[in-house]
Amino acid sequence: MANEVVDHGRRRFLTTATAVVGGVGIVSAAVPFIKSWEPSARAKAAGAPVTQSLKKIESGQQLIVGWRSLPVFIVNRTPEQLAALPKQDPRLVDPKSDGTSAAQQPKYAQNETRSIKPEWLVMVGICTHLGCVPNYVGEMKPEPFDPNWQGGYYCPCHHSRYDMAGRVYQGVPAPKNMEIPPYHFIDDTTVQIGVGPEGAA
Amino acid sequence: MTKPTLLMKPRLLVKQLLPAVALTLGLLLAGQPAARAEGDGQLMASGSNVRDQASLQRGAKLFFNYCVGCHSLKYMRYSRIADDLGLTEQQVMQNLNFTGAKFDDPVISHMPADDAGTWFGKAPPDLSLEVSAKGADWVYTYLNTFYLDPKSPIGWNNTTLPNAAMPFPLWELQGQQAAVTKPGSDEVEKLELAHPGKLTPAQYQQASRDLVNFLEYVSEPAALQRHHYGVWVLLFLALFTLLAYFLKKEYWKDVH
Amino acid sequence: MAKVFASIGEWVSERAPGLAPVYRKHMTEYYAPKNFNLWYYFGSLAMLVLVNQIVTGIFLTMNYNPSAAGAFDSVQYIMRDVEWGWLIRYMHSTGASLFFVVVFLHMFRGIMYGSYKKPRELVWLLGMLIFLVLMAEAFMGYVLPWGNMSFWGAKVIVSLFGTIPVIGGHLVEWIMGDFLPADATLNRFFALHVIALPIVLLLLVVLHLAALHEVGSNNPDGVDVKHGPRGNRWSASAPVDGIPFHPYYTVKDLFGVGFFLIVAAFIIFFAPTFGGWFLEHDNSIAANNLVTPAEIKPVWYFTPFYAIVRMIPSFAGTAVWGVLAMFGAIAVLFLLPWLDRGQVKSIRYRGTGYKVALGLFVVAFFGLGAVGAGITAEVIPAWFGNVDLTVWENAFGRTMTLIYFGFFAFLWAYTYFGWEKTKPVPDRVTMHD
Repeated sequence: MANEVVDHGRRRFLTTATAVVGGVGIVSAAVPFIKSWEPSARAKAAGAPVTQSLKKIESGQQLIVGWRSLPVFIVNRTPEQLAALPKQDPRLVDPKSDGTSAAQQPKYAQNETRSIKPEWLVMVGICTHLGCVPNYVGEMKPEPFDPNWQGGYYCPCHHSRYDMAGRVYQGVPAPKNMEIPPYHFIDDTTVQIGVGPEGAA
Repeated sequence: MTKPTLLMKPRLLVKQLLPAVALTLGLLLAGQPAARAEGDGQLMASGSNVRDQASLQRGAKLFFNYCVGCHSLKYMRYSRIADDLGLTEQQVMQNLNFTGAKFDDPVISHMPADDAGTWFGKAPPDLSLEVSAKGADWVYTYLNTFYLDPKSPIGWNNTTLPNAAMPFPLWELQGQQAAVTKPGSDEVEKLELAHPGKLTPAQYQQASRDLVNFLEYVSEPAALQRHHYGVWVLLFLALFTLLAYFLKKEYWKDVH
Repeated sequence: MAKVFASIGEWVSERAPGLAPVYRKHMTEYYAPKNFNLWYYFGSLAMLVLVNQIVTGIFLTMNYNPSAAGAFDSVQYIMRDVEWGWLIRYMHSTGASLFFVVVFLHMFRGIMYGSYKKPRELVWLLGMLIFLVLMAEAFMGYVLPWGNMSFWGAKVIVSLFGTIPVIGGHLVEWIMGDFLPADATLNRFFALHVIALPIVLLLLVVLHLAALHEVGSNNPDGVDVKHGPRGNRWSASAPVDGIPFHPYYTVKDLFGVGFFLIVAAFIIFFAPTFGGWFLEHDNSIAANNLVTPAEIKPVWYFTPFYAIVRMIPSFAGTAVWGVLAMFGAIAVLFLLPWLDRGQVKSIRYRGTGYKVALGLFVVAFFGLGAVGAGITAEVIPAWFGNVDLTVWENAFGRTMTLIYFGFFAFLWAYTYFGWEKTKPVPDRVTMHD
């Protein structure tokens, strides 16, 4: 015999309960699909920290190391190059890296030499204008693009210029200082790029 | 009103049990082993259990000490082994990584494939999916049925895979077995331990079980996770189905 | 909350007035017979599995590499390196097998209750087309992992077309795009499997449901509710034994979905290879054109049809007869509405001969499956010792093939010559719970 009296309250409760549980189920089921877009183990492996020995880099020399498909410049800066750094301040856009370039380096590299150890520059070699790889012009002699060149970087694409700490000069297309990646010293002659000194990435 | 039971309605009995029978058949057949050994066709039961983490660790150690010289696990990363087996990066890099690889790299043997082909007649295959392909029991039996064979170019043979091109790397542990042939023929009747190894037969069986366990894990590392999530999913679905059942019953009071 | 939905509904209805009537016609005012039983769950379950295959398939495509060089590795990449890739892959592979379980049961319901008979022949034909397309879709999907069984299965099935006289050889090359299954084959199967056939499948499903709704659903008693008394508690003009599809069958199907998902989840999380029946062991080995697997057999859902190919011998210099028989086994199902001359729809009221014949048909289907799956090849020596396996297997398999086709021949004769003694069909549906 068909039920003549409908218990609407019970129906509403059961419908809501089933809908809620079902909704939880659908959302939970969606989680693995959404998470599958996270970088895979292969992508993370390719982006793993890179360890580099500094023993063979002579004073004034630059080595380029690959990290997360980016070129990372490691330079053994000469005392002369280091001495010239403070003198560049008036010609730079953000000499203290606390203005427009505040986000371009970790806290431990927000200093005069933009590095942990003064002589070792570790920097992502990508021009902050449109992404070319600037050339290392370490010799401090007059250049066609700057008669008072104190060593640094010159980008071939649109002629942006940076000093020996990667700080951008005024009057060039690039807006910011070049990026300093997370890195730390495993020992005095070995650097690891990708992980900061406290283990922070 | 009493409801007709299955027994009172033979038609229902047949038609509702049919899918159940089909499913049972399927499950029974699911017990079929993956591969048969040549020769007598009987495989030893491996007793493998990927949920035994201690066994996986022992198996990993055995693999990297005795197997990785020739065999790669190209789909398996050292970092994954660390995660799943509860080992630290340092433990893996010091105790398991003899190939000089980075922590995130896959396990690649340094045996040059071309040379191996020349030396053994066949390049040692990658073992990432060996247990998937042959079954844990087959691999376990294989590891237990090597014997000395003076007629073989490498001095070894195996009753599970006759004329295998592989020398036996675990002879230090198991010892060396010799074949007892059937009288008047070359056919192998059984294997006997001719020279004992460092482990007793029971210990070696456990060691080979550990190794098979590790390889079974390598074949499908996801097995560790799916068991874990499966329980929760089933519990959740049981709850949902129960609610749906009550909901159906409530609405269907309108019918009949 | 309900008010929000209602006002959105009104807004839409003002701008698309045809939508609300469509919803009513197909859901709340689609009166389905109230006596649907267990066998009536499988249609909605098939739709659920179709959605699953599409969604999981899309996500697999994001990481799968459809080249002969990279496909196998990319599947392992999905299983190991992609977050939750293993789950998406298992949902897809389990779904594929469960699709056929559900579809076979769905088709069997149609046969049992005479749902293919007038006026539902079109529904049946569209369903059979779906079945054909589904088989093609599944076959191509199985090739994509490019394991050794993928390769050799592709080789064997494609070479069946080579038995066609005159054009066979060229046809095989044309299908493969090469002299053996290769990169060209894999790439085109990928395109067909991922885009072309799913679109066709979706279209056919829409047509299948539309055709059904035009004439209304059958029921386990085969009683025509539309020609019976009118008036129920929801509508004065609807069939007396009809109930609105929504909410009664939506809520019932929801329960069916829950139960089905429990079975599916058990397989996915605890037995994803299903003992090698859903994911075959030989497919854990990469495709190798020089090494054939010990036993080439198709995936379980093709085994009965594959057995028919093997059981028909070659003669007159060609093996095409087996292939014709295999396609014939499916074609004969298309013809069912015209072979069955009986007036009574449901097995409940049909003659004993029909019940016996259908039972034998089921036995034959499983028996053929056992032959195709290589089970008889193992069981015969195990039970009967050192007998001539080929002779015994042929004897068994050919008998099963005769029974399979015999069912249709018998059904035609049984109903055409009036040998069937049916029982009186009731005027109203009967409830059996």
